[in-house]
Amino acid sequence: MDFSTLVQILDSTMRLATPLLLACLAGLYSERSGIFDIGLEGKMLMAAMCTGAVAALTGSVWLGMLAGIGGSILFALVHGLASITFRGNQLISGVALNFVASGVTVLIAQALFRQGGRTPPLSGDARFNPIELPFAAQLADIPIIGPLYSDVLSGHGALVYVALLAVPVTWWVLFRTRFGLRLRAVGENPASVDTAGVSVIRLRYTAVIITGILCGLAGAYLAAGLQTGFGKEMTAGRGYIALAALIFAKWRPWHALMATFLFGFFQALALRPDVIRGTLGFDVPVPALDALPYVLTVIVLAGFVGRAIPPRAGGEPYVKER
Amino acid sequence: MGRRDTAAPLDVPPAIELRGISKAFGTVQANKDISIRVMPGTIHGIIGENGAGKSTLMSILYGFYRADSGEIFINGKKTEIHDSQDAIRAGIGMVFQHFKLVPNFTVLENIVLGAEDGALLRPSLAKARRVLDELAREYELEVDPDAVVEDLSVGHQQRVEILKALYRHADILILDEPTGVLTPAEADHLFRILKNLKEQGKTIILITHKLREIMEVTDTVSVMRRGEMTATVRTAETSPEQLAELMVGRKVLLNVPKAPASPGATVLEVEDLRVTDADGVERLKGISFQIRAGEILGIAGVAGNGQSELLAVLGGIMKGQGRVRLNGEELDLTGRHSDGQSRRARGIAHVPEDRQRLGMILDFTAWENVAFGYHHDPAYQKNRWLMDNDAILRDTMGKMERFDVRPPIPTLQAKNFSGGNQQKIILAREIERNPDLLLVGQPTRGVDIGAIEFIHKRIVELRDAGKAVLLVSVELDEIMSLSDRIAVMFDGRIMGERLPEQTDERELGLLMAGVANGKGDAR
Repeated sequence: MDFSTLVQILDSTMRLATPLLLACLAGLYSERSGIFDIGLEGKMLMAAMCTGAVAALTGSVWLGMLAGIGGSILFALVHGLASITFRGNQLISGVALNFVASGVTVLIAQALFRQGGRTPPLSGDARFNPIELPFAAQLADIPIIGPLYSDVLSGHGALVYVALLAVPVTWWVLFRTRFGLRLRAVGENPASVDTAGVSVIRLRYTAVIITGILCGLAGAYLAAGLQTGFGKEMTAGRGYIALAALIFAKWRPWHALMATFLFGFFQALALRPDVIRGTLGFDVPVPALDALPYVLTVIVLAGFVGRAIPPRAGGEPYVKER
Repeated sequence: MGRRDTAAPLDVPPAIELRGISKAFGTVQANKDISIRVMPGTIHGIIGENGAGKSTLMSILYGFYRADSGEIFINGKKTEIHDSQDAIRAGIGMVFQHFKLVPNFTVLENIVLGAEDGALLRPSLAKARRVLDELAREYELEVDPDAVVEDLSVGHQQRVEILKALYRHADILILDEPTGVLTPAEADHLFRILKNLKEQGKTIILITHKLREIMEVTDTVSVMRRGEMTATVRTAETSPEQLAELMVGRKVLLNVPKAPASPGATVLEVEDLRVTDADGVERLKGISFQIRAGEILGIAGVAGNGQSELLAVLGGIMKGQGRVRLNGEELDLTGRHSDGQSRRARGIAHVPEDRQRLGMILDFTAWENVAFGYHHDPAYQKNRWLMDNDAILRDTMGKMERFDVRPPIPTLQAKNFSGGNQQKIILAREIERNPDLLLVGQPTRGVDIGAIEFIHKRIVELRDAGKAVLLVSVELDEIMSLSDRIAVMFDGRIMGERLPEQTDERELGLLMAGVANGKGDAR
């Protein structure tokens, strides 16, 4: 594999890792607050459809993105209602929402556009246009660093940079702010928050809504950044990979960045079987590459790479004790 | 104590006054027209059996529940308490029986949680560090502010809870069963802290079921029974016997009378018993002891020093290494005969420490629970394939009558019985099998005083019938009054054996804290 191929693969890693990273951080907020969310997939799908539809109708990617966030928050609130207010089983609620999303997105897209459940192809301002980072052209000729900056880092849609920025922001919120302290506490021992006179319910709803916003961004990027419009099941399991990355990252923001980029790299490799053949000398089946994130996650869960301890109150509805 | 007259001057309003507090959960009247006055700068005890309504009353005061009727006055001012925030604002701090701490947070983070000064953490943490330092010096409440809470001892975790309340400027401190998890030395330290707080003018409410603590630290004491406040007396003018009678509503024997033991042949011989748990930690580090027929061996110790593992190995729940002989015959500790079923077949009955997890299935009925572990009993079989449920039902009714289980309804789910009655069901199941050896862990944890008396009597009866009993308990009173011999465990070892009439709580407490000969200087 020569350097220019590597640059190409890293470039596509950036694109492929972005929805994973956004969804992974989304899951981080929810799960840190003690609400397990297996419904990242469904929320992304819903957001992708809303974005694709509104961007196609209005011609504005930004309106599309807002619609995507709205659709995702709607699903997040249903999950919140089921698991926080009515203290239902969080896994069942999440799985159910995934199924609903899978059906309802195609239904709405078909009703609106009659194109077999797709939204019309987006172009121009209805998509996220590449942003040239400053000095990208000037620095391009510097060996090694030049291509890495100009071709890998520069030239992506806005949400790629939003996702990257979301990592330090999430770290800062989690570990440097009052909200972060309470969020972490409510996921570990909600009774400690409750007895301190802080509302467990409000905190958890806030977390779930942040999850909705970030999933909305992930879905918007899928429909109007990575692809040109919404297609049936276009999330293709990314919500589950993001969940796997979250476990792999042990619910920590910087580790989430590394995990999602690793998984994004696998996805980028899977798109280039020629490179794999050239490097290894034999064919690796694509499904094997697709399975790698899950295999790695199982290894982490089995405790080979340190223990992954989820937030202790995760999955448990909070009931005031007598 | 006694340096300061506990009766405050007449013109000072009470720190807390409750008037006519009532609270019902469905048809259960948890609190019935309760009125109480606690003067500032005093320690007031509230004592009562489980379910007497103590915790409900305090939860109302802390804003967890709202009373159906009644009024609360704080320092003479009528106060509405809708939630915990209101209670904190009114200067009330609560130390719960089960700590409300975030285990993987530092002490500082736990203190600050919910009482931050702004949206950013750094200034709050810096301020908390300063205040903590002052509080530590003022009240003998030293804790490392940067320690992670789960690494702290239980005693220190409790200090963090107290500091949390003080950091929120609490003038009234409520402690719910604070000594349940402490060693005697830690409990003594706690009482020193409480007296210290009192000297500084804080008002303290101590909820407990331990008469000794009430007598030791309180100025006044209220007794609750079945949701009602039956009496409020000055501690100096009452006695443990009188308080017990007020709690139960009849005379109670605090110490079960028992004849001297007449031990027979050796039943259980344990030699160099070792146990390693799933995490690879050695929990029993070579234990040896014997129990003879007609003898109760009490194992004292702070919870978590290997007592649970000892019961688990002997009961066939865990595997271990070493030699254990029952009536001279070796027990299988690792192989296929090391399970609970084989132990029962050999005549070992087990009343586990955690009765709700290991002793019964709460969602199953009483009669189903009576059959557990003995469901192969031919008397319970109709034929080769079917169980005889009617036979089990009849048997359960008999057991309920003989063990005074209330209500005596075999078809009731186990979770609907009180702790004491659940324990009686398990005890009936195990004792009536006529075992050679009874393993019994924490027989009276969460059990009312009236039922304690009954359970203790049954254990002594079993001994007098010539059986061997291994009693594990964290309650020193229980160990002292039931045991014929006492072994103290610390860190997986037996620190020493004593005869109850030749030792005292101080010596046992030192052994429990790991001081080898029990004669060291108490901290």
